[in-house]
Amino acid sequence: MSGEGKKFDRSVWTELMDAEQVDRSITRIAHEILENNKGGKKLAIVGIRTRGETLGQRIVSKIKEIDGVEIPFGVVDITLYRDDLGQGADQPVVQGTSIPFHVDDHKIVLVDDVLFTGRTIRAALDAIIDFGRPQAVQLAVLCDRGHRELPIRADYVGKNIPTEREQFVRVHLEDHDEEEGVFIHKSGK
Amino acid sequence: MSSKLLIKGGTLLDPAKGLNEKGDLLSVDGIIEATGKPGAFDSESEAEVLDASGALVSPGLIDIHVHLREPGFEWKETIESGARTAAAGGFTSVCCMPNTNPVIDNAQVVEFILEKSELAGGARVHPIGAISEKLKGECLAPMVELWEAGCVAFSDDGWPVWNSALMRCALEYGKMMNLVLACHEEDTALSHGFSMNESELSVELGLKGMPAAAENVMISRDIELALLTGGRVHFCHVSTARGVELIRRAKKDGAKVTAETAPHYFILDETAVTEYDTSAKMSMPLRKQEDIKGLLEGLADGTIDCVASDHAPHEEDSKRVAFGDASLGILGLQTTVPLLLEKVREGALSLERAIASVTSDARACYGLEQVSLEKGSVADISVIDPDCKITFGKEHNLSLSSNSPFFGRELQGLARYTVVAGRKVFDSEGLYS
Amino acid sequence: MNSELKHLLGIKGLGKEQVLALLDSADQFVDVNKRAVKKVPALRGKTIVNMFFEASTRTRMSFELAGKRLSADVINFGASSSSTSKGESLIDTALTIQSMSPDVVVMRHPASGACKLVADHLPETSVVNAGDGLHEHPTQALLDALCIRRKLGTLENLSVSFVGDALRSRVVRSNIYLLKLFGCRVRLVAPPTLAVTEFEGMGAEVFPDMKRGIEGADVVVSLRMKHEYQKDIYIPSLEEYSRLYCITEDRLRDYAPDCMVLAPGPIIRGTEIASDVADGPRSHIEEQVELGVAVRMAVLFLLATGADNKGRDSSSESGIKELVANEQ
Repeated sequence: MSGEGKKFDRSVWTELMDAEQVDRSITRIAHEILENNKGGKKLAIVGIRTRGETLGQRIVSKIKEIDGVEIPFGVVDITLYRDDLGQGADQPVVQGTSIPFHVDDHKIVLVDDVLFTGRTIRAALDAIIDFGRPQAVQLAVLCDRGHRELPIRADYVGKNIPTEREQFVRVHLEDHDEEEGVFIHKSGK
Repeated sequence: MSSKLLIKGGTLLDPAKGLNEKGDLLSVDGIIEATGKPGAFDSESEAEVLDASGALVSPGLIDIHVHLREPGFEWKETIESGARTAAAGGFTSVCCMPNTNPVIDNAQVVEFILEKSELAGGARVHPIGAISEKLKGECLAPMVELWEAGCVAFSDDGWPVWNSALMRCALEYGKMMNLVLACHEEDTALSHGFSMNESELSVELGLKGMPAAAENVMISRDIELALLTGGRVHFCHVSTARGVELIRRAKKDGAKVTAETAPHYFILDETAVTEYDTSAKMSMPLRKQEDIKGLLEGLADGTIDCVASDHAPHEEDSKRVAFGDASLGILGLQTTVPLLLEKVREGALSLERAIASVTSDARACYGLEQVSLEKGSVADISVIDPDCKITFGKEHNLSLSSNSPFFGRELQGLARYTVVAGRKVFDSEGLYS
Repeated sequence: MNSELKHLLGIKGLGKEQVLALLDSADQFVDVNKRAVKKVPALRGKTIVNMFFEASTRTRMSFELAGKRLSADVINFGASSSSTSKGESLIDTALTIQSMSPDVVVMRHPASGACKLVADHLPETSVVNAGDGLHEHPTQALLDALCIRRKLGTLENLSVSFVGDALRSRVVRSNIYLLKLFGCRVRLVAPPTLAVTEFEGMGAEVFPDMKRGIEGADVVVSLRMKHEYQKDIYIPSLEEYSRLYCITEDRLRDYAPDCMVLAPGPIIRGTEIASDVADGPRSHIEEQVELGVAVRMAVLFLLATGADNKGRDSSSESGIKELVANEQ
């Protein structure tokens, strides 16, 4: 799902955020998380595979830089919780979930790259709840492109991006992609 | 008023008489009146004319090993449907095996079959009587009674005569009338539970196999018993190269033995069952390429005297089951001639040898009266069009059953007309053309 | 990754990549099975029918548990309780089952090829072979492979010896197909009546001698020995078999000191395998059972969610699909 196989043709994409803006957003989100939760106590970060995992790790490091605390980090794979299994053209691949801390004791900040219909977040919430009963779950996303299909909103947003429903938005992170940034397809499709 | 039939424009082919030339043939009242140069009988204006141009005109073909299933299994085949299917396969005569219900082990059943076949309007039907009562292999069937009623040979086909002493007695008893015992050769202890050939493939597919040895062991036994008794043994559906070798040697040694094989044994090998295709399940099972080679060599040099179809109709339900549970046997009457001619086209057999294997040499196995194209012979005639080609489909099939692995195969060389006693019993128009 | 898989009728026909993808997926399900809540909603609303025409406790339970942990509705259909005992044909039984619209049929049958027959007649349902006659038992081979890979880290170029009745083992056939994909050396060890030379056609070697059969093996697998006194002519007695072929710690120490030991199915202690081996550190017999559930979850998940599996019209609910598309 990381977009291998299809060459990224830069000329048909408009850059909405560059690497520096991405980094600044992450820094700001880290500050907001600490502020909102009055420090890092009882806090944990869970990234949604694949790019949410990378973003989550960056938030964890930022928080360490700011506050000096090491926040527990987990990864959730939503494949087994998707509501469209058996409908897509692709064969879903289960990649595994790893939550190496007690969910019950923590306030969890769920991290993903793009917030769109909200269905991924719904699936991730269900996955986390199978591990226990967190004190609270908050949501951090790098960008929110609207068009929600479920009553879900983000607590921390890097950038709001107005889009058409059919438009493609891509988040590239240097761990996965050549050039870091957020892009929107010029054709609107 | 006499009835006349003129077969015009074909090639008269009678290998037993060394005849192979263009010519016409005239039959009067069911007897061959004369053969002559093309056009020789054009003045016979009142004769029914069959156009044989481009076709072979042969003495009537005989299939000495078929199962017509009546009495007892009329949903699989009847004497009528079988006799008509035979005619459509180019055969003027068939010999039907006794594994009916009741078994052909008394004169009443023989008479029943002969009566039914008279009415069928297809090929002639010659019953084969049981060797043992109810085919149980325990005591002899009344062979003389059966012979007098019209049985042409004796067999427990479907089963071997497992009791060697009984087999010996049958051979000795049969010498009274010079009877032939047609034997299904299978050591049932070695073949127990089989559904295919025993080989690397059967192990891979997890199917119980019948080793070639199960057949060869019994062929060997009956060669010894034929030598011991001086009785006549005919080996049914030989499927192994070693079986051919054993028979070749036995003939040299003076044993009174003859042998047949069926077309599927030299057309298909065991790989036909790889996908658990029950339409390729039969007894003997399909063997290997080296067996095909041995069978064709044996057929070419006459070790294998004749080709017979082992036509074994089964209803679809008995084949639409797991491979191990499926019935044994396939159809053959309409596929035998084209499959034989396929081997002629490939050069494995001469045309003369191929035709002899379903005419004179086949009749000789059971000591039947010969049919020829000469004046005075009964006018049983097969007209075969060697160029007629079809993709064999259910629409061509006249049997009541449809258990054939050859559906979908291109068949070339089909009957155009079949004539029994001067009367046309099959015309391909509308079926193959 | 995967080319589409409609049925799992055997290991034969699968590619190495498909096997590896199934094993990778199974590894993830092993983790799911270790959670407090051992259940995921992946197959919610899907129906799985277990059609077992042959007695089986382990395999049926394993499939049932796998289906339930994926939140599928699982129905068990046993031959003894069904109409097959009243003479209904296999195809008719299958068509009846199909009319209940199951997504996956898991099937065990005493006839080789029976699962293929059913699959050919059920165009809308995926069929999983849970053992057909002496032909194949693919999920058992997958779980053996998973067990080996988790212990040894790889499947490539291993030496695996199977001791016992190969002739009447569908497990060994599936295992040979699978192990040969990875270039493994496969030896079958038993008297020549049971380790028949025809197995060489599948790429296995046969040895009547225990020493030559297991020498240097990375894995020794014990196959079931069935013997009915005076009915079975393949071996004289289990006593003689045991004397020649029982997997004992002494034999393993001498011939295959580093091997791990597996046994699909119930074992006969002291005859097939000695207690010191079965209960010792080499044995992974219990782990096999545990991994069996994970492997079957991976198989059911793959077939029930595969691109080939019919699904609802997705046009109205394309959220995640598009979200995925976002990233492409």
